[in-house]
Amino acid sequence: MTKAGTAMAAPRTPAPAVRLPRRRGIELALIVLAVLLSVYGYCAVGLARTGTVPPGAVGYGAGLGVLALCAHLAVRIRAPYADPLPLPIGVLLNGLGLVLIYRLDLETPGDRAAPTQLVWSTLGVGLFIVVVLMLRDHRVLQRYSYVCVVAALALLLLPILFPAVNGARIWIRIAGFSIQPGEFAKVLLAVFFAAYLADNRNALAYTGRRLWVMQFPTGRVLGPIVTIWLLSVGVLVLERDLGTSLLFFGLFVVLLYIATGRTGWIAVGLVLAVLGAFAVGHFEPHVNGRIEDWLHPFATIDAGLGPNQLAQSLFAFAAGGVLGTGLGYGHSILIGFATKSDFILATAGEELGLAGLAAIFLLYALLVERGYRAGLALREPFGRLLAVGLASIVALQVFVIAGGVTGLIPLTGMAMPFLAQGGSSVVTNWAIVALLIRVSDSARSQYDGREAP
Amino acid sequence: MTEYGNGRPMARYIRHAWAFCTLLLAALLVNAARVQVIQAGSYDANPANRRPTIARYQQPRGDILVGGEPVTGSNDTGEQLRYERTYRDGPLYAPVTGFASQMYGSTFLEHAQDGVLSGTDPMLSPFPLWNDVTRGSTPGGDVVTTLDGVAQQAAYQGLHGRRGAVAAIEPATGRILALVSTPSYDPAALSGNSEATAAAWARLNHDPEKPMLNRAVRQTYPPGSTFKVVTAAAALDADVVTDLDASTDSPDPYRLPGTRTRLTNEGDGCADASLREAFEWSCNTVFAKLGVDVGVADMSATAQAFGFNDTRLRVPFEVSPSTFDTHVDRAQLALSSIGQYNTRATPLQMAMVAAAVANGGRLRTPYLVERTTRHGGETISGGGMRPDRQVMRPSTAVRLRELMTDVVTDGTGTNAAIPGAVVGGKTGTAQHGVGNSGVPYAWFVSWAQADADLEPKVAVAVVVEDASADRGEISGGGDAAPIAREVMRAVLGL
Repeated sequence: MTKAGTAMAAPRTPAPAVRLPRRRGIELALIVLAVLLSVYGYCAVGLARTGTVPPGAVGYGAGLGVLALCAHLAVRIRAPYADPLPLPIGVLLNGLGLVLIYRLDLETPGDRAAPTQLVWSTLGVGLFIVVVLMLRDHRVLQRYSYVCVVAALALLLLPILFPAVNGARIWIRIAGFSIQPGEFAKVLLAVFFAAYLADNRNALAYTGRRLWVMQFPTGRVLGPIVTIWLLSVGVLVLERDLGTSLLFFGLFVVLLYIATGRTGWIAVGLVLAVLGAFAVGHFEPHVNGRIEDWLHPFATIDAGLGPNQLAQSLFAFAAGGVLGTGLGYGHSILIGFATKSDFILATAGEELGLAGLAAIFLLYALLVERGYRAGLALREPFGRLLAVGLASIVALQVFVIAGGVTGLIPLTGMAMPFLAQGGSSVVTNWAIVALLIRVSDSARSQYDGREAP
Repeated sequence: MTEYGNGRPMARYIRHAWAFCTLLLAALLVNAARVQVIQAGSYDANPANRRPTIARYQQPRGDILVGGEPVTGSNDTGEQLRYERTYRDGPLYAPVTGFASQMYGSTFLEHAQDGVLSGTDPMLSPFPLWNDVTRGSTPGGDVVTTLDGVAQQAAYQGLHGRRGAVAAIEPATGRILALVSTPSYDPAALSGNSEATAAAWARLNHDPEKPMLNRAVRQTYPPGSTFKVVTAAAALDADVVTDLDASTDSPDPYRLPGTRTRLTNEGDGCADASLREAFEWSCNTVFAKLGVDVGVADMSATAQAFGFNDTRLRVPFEVSPSTFDTHVDRAQLALSSIGQYNTRATPLQMAMVAAAVANGGRLRTPYLVERTTRHGGETISGGGMRPDRQVMRPSTAVRLRELMTDVVTDGTGTNAAIPGAVVGGKTGTAQHGVGNSGVPYAWFVSWAQADADLEPKVAVAVVVEDASADRGEISGGGDAAPIAREVMRAVLGL
């Protein structure tokens, strides 16, 4: 193995056949654009609400700009071939999230979330810089895969020791900050899944019975997927966190399919998911209520109890129409609880309209696509699975929460990446972007003009 | 095992997974379009959606003007429902303005002109669909009323908190000069959405005096003897009476046709009285017989020409229909003709009766809104004068004016006389309740023409419900006529 590896690496030591452009200038230009757009949004909120440019506009723009520039410099130094898009997308989404939270803060003068979110964003960008500077090669992570899974499980179990907040045991409160350890666990689990599947993919692809068009795995290799399934159900039951549970399981099934190419895994995954959903939906009134709300969002209105959160969210989206009311002119605060976190997208939908919402969805899609592209360009399975896994976390998370607040699927509490209030989420997403930068840098600097198999 | 993955084309599966992600994104976009475009209308219109309410109170409401001065205002509360209605002289103008409440909707002009006042009337925006394009909102427009503030004040003070109402009209145009109902209430108490508002609402609704009842347009009373103006018009128009001073060949007491009931009068001298004498002294027997002689068809036609049984009158808010029963036997017709049985009238209706007489037999449909304007004062709709109709022959109107003038100069209505003006009137004292046990209503309907004017400038109807606790002293002439006089003086400026 080692011998083979050295032999493989030897021809790459000279310059690759086709040297790709670095594209750092494009990244810088896009970052400047992202910062300007965010500052514009901040000013638009102030102009709409008070008729003046908010006093903090310069500071806000300067702060965001300095953070983004530091991140850009780190990329320039340590990952010169990295994909130029993920960083500007992260800056724009984070900036827009701050604008939306600042805008909602104006409705709740007693509860300001934007300053805290700015602190967390700074920490997030800080982590981004650390990861880009310190992690020279993503393959290092493969060695620590079992450390990662132990850490992830510890983080997941930690909140069980703390009192429940809003019906879910997913937060811990330390020194006034509430932390959601499950968020960090996502990245660690993605690393573990990628490493584990890269090592065992041939074994897992062992073909069993063939049924119709699908080849089903034999019972022997069902162990890992059942373990992950049990872990997900455990998270759901112990922490009442349907979203995280869905995300872990979905991520594992996606990576399992990519690693083995066996559609049978998808079928097994779906069966297990349905089983789990049915059992939990049956025994957990909390989850069952979510499904009822999804099927009948206006049931509480008919019952004379007034609109529930989902109904208010739908009202907010509807009020936005195609073009939106304009920043600062909406009334998404009517949603009440969790307007700034789980339901942040409703504010975007109401004030920026379908046009703005589509733009936000496309930004996420672009981020995910860049991750998949890096995965396609890479040569080794761990890097590929890691890139695709990280991108899939973003995709699944966006789908689960955006689908939930727009009534497409039952609502599960989950943070909209970068947009929603929630420190752990922002920091985690910056870590994801940092890893994507690192992986894409490897992919593009090693590019030899041939397409990977 | 090599780094390249043993012949497993992982790139292919990555593309499959990417296709799956694209599918998820497409589902999100399609669903967003469903919510924001296709379903948006029904979600926006959901009664539980608070946005229309918030938008409604986001800007100050336009004002209602009396004599060029607003009698309403708006107060910025800084709450979610931002602007609350305020009123100047709320109780005085409540029967006209109504209330505009954040909890209980709106009534009267606040309701009928809500589009203009709230700024949603498309006429207010400079171009069609302007606000839809700019997503702006138009400031509320103003509603200019026809009211005469001095006359309104005179009527309100004259009633002095007793249960009653006053309606005054300019005969030649139909402009409503005064519309008062007492006891009244301050509509500002209902503007907000606080607990105090709910308490005020409960208190006003449970008040036995019914302060929110607009007695001038929403309460019908038996008009009693004031209805004899209508009966006299019918008799003259039908040529049942051709000479005001000829004997009418009517017995006293008068036996209602087909019954054993004998109708009597309060005073003597009604047997075979002339129309002039009978009108002056309000002879029930004479007018009951006249009504029967005219017949159901002509009586109904005349009453309906005056506006009875009209369910469509809007000034611009709805006026309760006054009634004259058209399916009656002769005994019922006799009673109907003296303003009893099923004959009921709003004060506004009786003011219209006086106005038709004063205006040479032509009745102008009454109206309350002179014009509506944009926030800056630019007129958007003239509103103004409504069509008129001939209620009776002009000659009949001339003779009725003579009869009504006689009532004020030397009949039951001398209390309404104004120096320097010709005043015509008719008193009424309507009994009601089981066996006439209730406190009678005191009525007075009149019109006045200053000596310097070419035509009568005002027609008034006054009703006082609890004129006096002592039945013996109650009368239209004693209690209602002085109020009518003060209102007419206020309009004429005498």
